[in-house]
Amino acid sequence: MSKMHVTTTVNGDEAEFLADPRETLLDCLRDHLGLTGSKEGCGTGDCGACSVTLDGELVCSCLVLGVEAAGKRVETIEGMANGNELHPLQRKFIEHAALQCGFCTPGFLVAAKALLERNPDPTETEVRYWLAGNLCRCTGYDKIVRAVLDAAADMRKEAA
Amino acid sequence: MAKDEIREFRLVGTRPDRPDGLDKVTGRARYGADISAPGMLWGAVVRSPHAHARIVRIDSSKAEALAGVKAVVTRADFPTGLTGEDWNLQENTMAGEKALYDGHAVAAVAATSALRAQEAARLIEVEYEVLPHVIDVDDAIRPDAPVIREGAADATVPEGMPPNVVRYIDFGRGDIEAGFAEADLVMERSYKTEATHQGYIEPHACLGQLGEDGKGEMWVCTQGQWFIRRMCTAVLGLETSQLRVTPSEIGGGFGGKTTIFMEPLSLALSRKAGGRPVKIVMSRSEVLRATGPTASASMDVKIGMKKDGTLTAARAEFRMQGGAFPGAPVDMALYCAFAPYKLPAVQHIGYDVLANRPKCAAYRAPGSPMGAFAVESLLDEMCRELDLDPLEMRLKNAVNTGDTSSYGPKFGTIGLIETLEATRAHPNLSAPLGPNQGRGIATGYWFNHNGETSVSMALSEDGTVQVSIGTPDIGGSRASIALMTAETLGIPYEDVRVNVVETGALGVNEPTHGSRATFACGKAAVEAARQAIGEMCRRAASEWGIDPEAVEWMNGAAQPAGPNAGEFPPMTIAEIAGKMGSTGGPISGHHESVPDGVGASFGCHVVDVEVDPETGRTTILRYLVVQDAGRAIHPSYVEGQYQGGAVQGIGWALNEAYIYGEDGRLQNSVFLDYRVPVASDLPMIDTEIVEVPNPGHPFGVRGVGETGITPPLPAIANAIHQATGARLRQLPMSPPRVLAAIGEARQG
Repeated sequence: MSKMHVTTTVNGDEAEFLADPRETLLDCLRDHLGLTGSKEGCGTGDCGACSVTLDGELVCSCLVLGVEAAGKRVETIEGMANGNELHPLQRKFIEHAALQCGFCTPGFLVAAKALLERNPDPTETEVRYWLAGNLCRCTGYDKIVRAVLDAAADMRKEAA
Repeated sequence: MAKDEIREFRLVGTRPDRPDGLDKVTGRARYGADISAPGMLWGAVVRSPHAHARIVRIDSSKAEALAGVKAVVTRADFPTGLTGEDWNLQENTMAGEKALYDGHAVAAVAATSALRAQEAARLIEVEYEVLPHVIDVDDAIRPDAPVIREGAADATVPEGMPPNVVRYIDFGRGDIEAGFAEADLVMERSYKTEATHQGYIEPHACLGQLGEDGKGEMWVCTQGQWFIRRMCTAVLGLETSQLRVTPSEIGGGFGGKTTIFMEPLSLALSRKAGGRPVKIVMSRSEVLRATGPTASASMDVKIGMKKDGTLTAARAEFRMQGGAFPGAPVDMALYCAFAPYKLPAVQHIGYDVLANRPKCAAYRAPGSPMGAFAVESLLDEMCRELDLDPLEMRLKNAVNTGDTSSYGPKFGTIGLIETLEATRAHPNLSAPLGPNQGRGIATGYWFNHNGETSVSMALSEDGTVQVSIGTPDIGGSRASIALMTAETLGIPYEDVRVNVVETGALGVNEPTHGSRATFACGKAAVEAARQAIGEMCRRAASEWGIDPEAVEWMNGAAQPAGPNAGEFPPMTIAEIAGKMGSTGGPISGHHESVPDGVGASFGCHVVDVEVDPETGRTTILRYLVVQDAGRAIHPSYVEGQYQGGAVQGIGWALNEAYIYGEDGRLQNSVFLDYRVPVASDLPMIDTEIVEVPNPGHPFGVRGVGETGITPPLPAIANAIHQATGARLRQLPMSPPRVLAAIGEARQG
């Protein structure tokens, strides 16, 4: 199948790649742009390890075709920190030991960031339901939920 | 234990950031599928759609004619004449005469892109002669069941057993009939558990390269790079040392990444494609169909108990299928089944049975959760019959240091009683319960494995330290090894860099398995640091012109041991390192051994559930894990092991199961249908770390990784019984099954 030229914006930078129309955005990020921080855990939109935002909307990049990213803004885990300054969620995940193997971590961070942008003061239940599309097999979620709640509290303090 | 017995540590027991944390929150950490190589090809695997079928013909001509296809391999590309487990591994890697389960690999192809490889795989034509199959363990043990492999039984199987029984186990002690006669209550019940998958989020992935000269390299997500090396070379008939295996970061394993699946295929394809590297990444469906589930089990347990709760005798007969190959963990299940209890008489019978399912792999405390489900459920039922408190009954019968275990050996220092006492004192036990709510308690046990271990520590020129270990960091072990090394050397935690290294850099290491990394690798790291300290003391002694015995190591520096040794200011590790080039050369420490002194870990879980009587859905309200860690080196990651193990057990108890159709095909091979617990299913998982130090480890460590998955299965069954009056003896306790059991209990 002939490839299509795609121009998009990834983490604020213009990016171009040639995509087979069957390739997912996740394939394109990983194999054409070398952004391997987004992970494939299932390829069916069930695990959330490939979470990115597309024009600000949280999506599973394994369910989006690469060619659909044309002209849109893609934000991935690689764009989450501001240079060497970690996002509060990234700091809190380390501090709370909210990762064991770390494979699901990029997806959780991207998804949690999208939550806190919409709801800066979520309850534990809101965090749990928002992150229900992200699977973690190592932690039992306890420390992840604590890290998100703590990061939210920190971000509210900083904003105040 | 009393406070004054606890040694004071500078670093052990603190919670610093893990050394690999930054890489893992920024997406930089490189896992199995995250690297590429120049000239790389992509591999894809053709898998059997049948549970049991003779392979009549494989025609790859159409695939090979496709542009970009560089190699196709079948079993014909593998050496013949292998025996024993090597043959099993080869046969599981690539089917020979028969496909033995839905998902069994029958051919593989390498092409210039992933999509092209998948297209080519679809063009490979395989003609099958479909054979009768068997899935359930009790069906497989029937004399008229389809025979999966003639002659697979080992010498333990007595004459006359059904052909799919490949291993028979029978051990025990004491007079069990006398024990049952002495009891006030004897109960016997049957239980079943279904196969579950480890469910690591990272699918298997590797990048392999192999030349005509038999030299190769591999990058792979694995719990054990030396295991991968040995197994791949055995299956391909290569010299072990000629393959160099580098472990990637690993996205979960839980035992399932201690063996090989498609790794030899990437090497075989590479060799056929002129040595070009071949990357293979499994899909989730391939992971579920063709890699490591645990065994399914059918179990009968009989226990005798006196009115006061004293156990008099016990008997377990477990039948497990571990797929189309020997190796169901029925032995381990039996060893663990009664391990928490003092028993004057006990008998264990086990059958390892073949069925048309994928070859089982280790899964966190292999076998122990099934046995615990049966035994701990029956004990709970007996306590209710005799009106006994289930926790007090367990305390009354709990094994203590020096007791003979149910499976034979004497226990060293153990902390089951301390664990049960800590459970009794926990506030969760007095939380009020409402209607349709119930509380369940269960204990669990797992060993602590030692295994071949090789660690190397080297001093850098500025006095900082690098430690090379062979056990992949699956849940924070770089942090614990750095803590133990820094504690021993008397230097800051940040001054130690722990590297997980490739097979060329150290002697043989067993994988990160058997709850052994922090115990065995930690013990070896301490010994390596002590060796380096000895050398640093010798360098200082030489400089001072005194005996090495007159130098001691304190707070990261050599110093004279007492006033008779002479008056010299302490010589710091940085000073010694700075001039090591002129004082005798590089300073390092090594340790190679199969460390002794393993310490077993007991746990006790308490769960509160609410069962919806309309739907049968069980909600976990509260969950408590109490477990003996010996000593928690980094308590956050010990808690993480407790919580993660408990939640895997919750999934096994309530949702997870391999579901097969009449055709023998797996029906739930995606995460939507194979439903693992999600965040909204759960409350916080409360933990309490009991510390009864293991005298066999310099800091008292017990391995803690596995015990936690064992108690949830029976604890939840016991809680559901209290909530509903229904006793479930089959997993998973899914809403339809609970609803049916409630209906039966009401009629009953």
